[in-house]
Amino acid sequence: MNMMSEAAVEKALDQKMNSVPYKMIGKDVSVYYGEKRALFDVNLNVRENTVTALIGPSGCGKSTFLRTLNRMNDTIDNCRVTGKITLDEDDIYDPNIDVVELRARVGMVFQKPNPFPKSIYDNVTYGPKIHGLARTKAEFDQIVELSLQKAGLWNEVKDRLHEPGTGLSGGQQQRLCIARAVAVSPEVILMDEPCSALDPIATAKVEELIHELRANYTIVIVTHSMQQAARVSQRTAMFHLGNLVEENDTDKMFTNPDDQRTQDYIMGRFG
Amino acid sequence: MSTSLILLIVLIIGVTAYFVARSRAVASANGKLSTLHSLPGYHGTYAAIWALLPAFAVLCVWLVASPVMIEKTIREALPESVTSQGEAPVQLAVGQVMSVAGGLRLLSGDELAALTNGSANLRETLAAKGVPMASEGEPYLLGTAQEYNDLKDGSQLAMTAAVIVIALAGAVFALRGISAPFRARNRVERVMLGALLLASFIAILTTVGIIGSMLSEAIRFFQSVSPSTFFFGTVWDPRFAAAGSGGAEGQFGLLPLLAGTLYIAFVAMLFAVPVGLFAAIYMAEYARPAVRSIAKPLLEILAGIPTIVYGFFALITVGPFLRDFSAELNGLVTGNYVNFIQAQSVLTAGIVMGIMLIPFVSSLSDDIITQVPRSLRDGSLGLGATRSETIKKVVLPAALPGIVGALLLTASRAVGETMIVVLAAGVAARMQLNPFEAMTTVTVKIVNQLTGDLEFNSPQTLVAFALGITLFAITLCLNIYALYIVRKYREQYE
Repeated sequence: MNMMSEAAVEKALDQKMNSVPYKMIGKDVSVYYGEKRALFDVNLNVRENTVTALIGPSGCGKSTFLRTLNRMNDTIDNCRVTGKITLDEDDIYDPNIDVVELRARVGMVFQKPNPFPKSIYDNVTYGPKIHGLARTKAEFDQIVELSLQKAGLWNEVKDRLHEPGTGLSGGQQQRLCIARAVAVSPEVILMDEPCSALDPIATAKVEELIHELRANYTIVIVTHSMQQAARVSQRTAMFHLGNLVEENDTDKMFTNPDDQRTQDYIMGRFG
Repeated sequence: MSTSLILLIVLIIGVTAYFVARSRAVASANGKLSTLHSLPGYHGTYAAIWALLPAFAVLCVWLVASPVMIEKTIREALPESVTSQGEAPVQLAVGQVMSVAGGLRLLSGDELAALTNGSANLRETLAAKGVPMASEGEPYLLGTAQEYNDLKDGSQLAMTAAVIVIALAGAVFALRGISAPFRARNRVERVMLGALLLASFIAILTTVGIIGSMLSEAIRFFQSVSPSTFFFGTVWDPRFAAAGSGGAEGQFGLLPLLAGTLYIAFVAMLFAVPVGLFAAIYMAEYARPAVRSIAKPLLEILAGIPTIVYGFFALITVGPFLRDFSAELNGLVTGNYVNFIQAQSVLTAGIVMGIMLIPFVSSLSDDIITQVPRSLRDGSLGLGATRSETIKKVVLPAALPGIVGALLLTASRAVGETMIVVLAAGVAARMQLNPFEAMTTVTVKIVNQLTGDLEFNSPQTLVAFALGITLFAITLCLNIYALYIVRKYREQYE
């Protein structure tokens, strides 16, 4: 496939965006840290097999929103979430839902690469072991190989699977974290500024990876880099002071946004 | 002039120098403080340092050196009849001269005159002033004592003059050097650095001194008892340490004591480690901030209880309880109400020492567990692990080296612990494995060998130093190894 036709395919895909079904629906989502309100009635839907970028200045609530999607805010003391978020029609804040199962379906990659101080192999099998996804060594081997391949790391580490994951370079560590998330076969992958601790070459690799992962996963990514949002996402949501300012197709967002604040932010007038 | 008065004067000079230098510095700036290289306070401190430090140094040296010099002069002034008799009478005579000299200071002018023209008796006059003399003084005594007093007065006067002159000279020298570009700050900071260095040297030198004194005494012990019988002997029977008895009559086998020490420490760790570690995990991972802020200090109060109090607790509460409990249990099972746990036993000492160690284990482990980065926990939780899975599989393995280090530090405390075992473990030096019987430890035996009226020349007392240095070597090795592990662990996250 040459470059032209790939771009054409993508364009066609983007144009069909409005017909893509929603994977997750956020309705009137508000988040409080103690007395302080961090998010104000955000209504944001995430489409299936789409990369949705969340942008906005620091402290605007984009990471907070991301963390509500797999209830990672539960781990923070005195954090309270109101509103409703569904994943395939299941209310994820329903008291009956098992948060462990939810996080298996909605994986997460963090800002700073955080491989466990274990071997590369054990890092990848960590999730599958907890969720009982495999039994025999052969099955685990397969999961490891597949996940590392999906994360584009297989060729670099296949000969040293039993060396510590912390010994890899920063970019490799981040891709290991992605492999670790992929190994649990999630439906949605949340990425919280996954490239902010990486150099440009490692960043390019991770971005390329996000591009490929889109075929099988729904991805929500928080980023500070406008260029990155433009490069990897199909939909973009702009946050400001805890409010969702605008949510639109990425192309439109970066060429002709509906909201003046979005325009100002993208042009670099604030933030 | 008395030494304290001299100190006060020097201090006043120093304070004055501080303020004068400060105002001089301000004046030299011509109203623009920013032209000063250093803040006025630094100039002041600089001048004060020059006024105080050399003066104090001279004062210290003088105070140490002048008595030595004066004594030497007095010795030479003693008549031939005394000096020919050897060292001991000379020392006695010098002491007599000093006490007479002290007595003379209490006399009035008239009494002194009566003494010198021989109309009054030296012994009676001094006795009336509360200075007793063993015998009627030799004729030379009065003269030498007066000479001693004169020398002392002269020295004191010279010292006063020298110190005050040096203080003034230092202050003037510093004040003359003050100008706007003068780098007072750098100099003051160099002096500060020197003071800090000195403090740490004192700490280190003290340690070296302690080791040195223990070593020299231990070597004296090993001259009468061979190291191999000490380190590998299995019988501890030092007999009693009668003063002046001398000679190696007892047997000094370290092994029974070492076995008791390690056994009791092991039992203590058996109690302290699980409780302390679980408490630490709860504190670090589960406790809400409100609970933590109350529970943690409460737990650490345990660490503040003096160990002798734990000793009482063992002696009066735990020991008798275990004894009666074992008798009751035995009666219920076999019908024979005989206790199988002694009141003083390895178990009693171990349990109480374990209680004492809980706060050490928990607070050290808590610090180490909370040091595990949050990102690792998030990573695990984000993959759908539960809290306890995260703790088991990520947090504890990551914290393990640090926890092991903490446990080693705790173990070294257990090995060196004294008061609890003195009261709770017993004194019988036996080699056996029954935790319900009494055993004894190195520390208990050190206490035993050193209590009472002693002379430090028999192996019975000197053995305490050999035991002490052995204990020191053990705890030192444990501590060094623990620090090594903890440090290695720290690097992991940097």
